[in-house]
Amino acid sequence: MVPRFWRKIKYRYEILTSFCENCGNHYYPQREICPKCRREGVLKEEKVCDYGKVLSYTVVNGRTIALVEFDNGAKMLAEVCGKVEIGKKVRKAFRKYGEDGDFGIIYYGTKFIPIEEQN
Amino acid sequence: MRVAIIGVGCTEFGELWDKSFRSIFLNAGLSALEDAEIRGKEVEAIYIGNMSGGKFIDQEHIAALIVDHAGLAEFGIPAIRIENADASGGSAFRQAYMAVASGIHEIVIAAGIEKVTDANDPMEILSTAVDQEWEKFVGANLPAIYAIIARLHMHRFGTNEEDLAMIAVKNHRNAVHNPKAQFRKEINLEDVMRSSYIAEPLKVLDCAPLCDGASAVILANEEVAKKICDTPIYIEACTQASDYFSIQNRKDITTLQAVVIASKEAYKIAGVEAKNVDVAEVHDSFTISELLAYEDLGFAKKGEGKKLIREGETEIGGKIPVNTSGGLKACGHAVGATGIRQIVDLVIQLRGEAGKRQVNAERALALNLGGSGATAVVSILSR
Ligand SMILES: [Zn+2]
Repeated sequence: MVPRFWRKIKYRYEILTSFCENCGNHYYPQREICPKCRREGVLKEEKVCDYGKVLSYTVVNGRTIALVEFDNGAKMLAEVCGKVEIGKKVRKAFRKYGEDGDFGIIYYGTKFIPIEEQN
Repeated sequence: MRVAIIGVGCTEFGELWDKSFRSIFLNAGLSALEDAEIRGKEVEAIYIGNMSGGKFIDQEHIAALIVDHAGLAEFGIPAIRIENADASGGSAFRQAYMAVASGIHEIVIAAGIEKVTDANDPMEILSTAVDQEWEKFVGANLPAIYAIIARLHMHRFGTNEEDLAMIAVKNHRNAVHNPKAQFRKEINLEDVMRSSYIAEPLKVLDCAPLCDGASAVILANEEVAKKICDTPIYIEACTQASDYFSIQNRKDITTLQAVVIASKEAYKIAGVEAKNVDVAEVHDSFTISELLAYEDLGFAKKGEGKKLIREGETEIGGKIPVNTSGGLKACGHAVGATGIRQIVDLVIQLRGEAGKRQVNAERALALNLGGSGATAVVSILSR
């Protein structure tokens, strides 16, 4: 499992979408080919802003898992620390997802935290 | 070439502790051969739907294993396992159908099997059908994915938890008269609403229980079928479509696009419309998946699936009875066997052998899904 996690670290610690310069679509997780443009597509990695809003969510095994939508249209599944509802704004946070026993590697990744909107 | 189903067989679905993987397959296969009144060596190829022999029972290469155990290695009959998560059965059916339709084979078996109760956590294994890197990693198992879909459907269209509960109640009621079903017992709305959450808003009784089971159907071309079978059931269409694997990439997660594509194509090939379907077996791995099926198969407009269940239109006696067998919910979901089990139940309906579950039907539709709907197989059968 170590190499499997290790080779994705960059993408787990940052939110990187694949932006297609040809059609303007953003994809998360990153892709190697644009499904709209296929061979004509030109994909570039792009960091998305650290804010998104909850499109939908569930609570499973005591954790809140949400489908978060970014302004650029990409969507990302991630855990949210705290209470959410549909439409709630959230911001990115660096958190632990799990670990491989007492001596194994610790899995870190991106989670979200609800933000209260200012009146 | 027109293709007919000339024999069907199915084991009981449930926790078959005392029966092995190979033994339950044999049971289903032999009942299908007996039903078709053939001996077995006439079979030219076998297509077996099985999601995960490797994870459930530590056994791969199961097609050859099964051929041997069925005594068919003697004739060297070729067999292949088809894996498409819980759409493995439907996918095997489609491969078998194409083999006969193409004229390459005259008689073949399409079967499905899963032995889940030898494993510690079957739902975790079924959840390998979702993206391990980008869904499962963050804690989203299969129930969670469907729950996220359900929540948005509720928010957007006013579907509620009682609508979903009514689907579970209906399917349990239907299963009472199905001798092969795992749960032949009625439940009421309160039972479902009071059951605890698995993944909000989905509760224990919204989820189809995973179980052991095997099912088999025998296909033949029309010419052969007419010679050896009094009640051939014809396959008018059998289509399959794919969707984006993860819900992160779907434009609208409240529509299972693969179901829309596969069903539209199936209606076109069969020359019919959704309203011409008399009875359907759909993939209710979760109650929300049956509700989505109402809409994505065209039985109701998007967002209006709830009306069908509220008005009883999908009950036996309604406009379009759905899951007269009890569905995955009450038959039990024997993963790779489910897609074939659906076909078996529709053949029983079309032959008029469904007893107290019988509806008046000339044309039937089956929908088998893989995982959260990245694979959909639609079959249309007729008398
Ligand atoms: Zn593009």
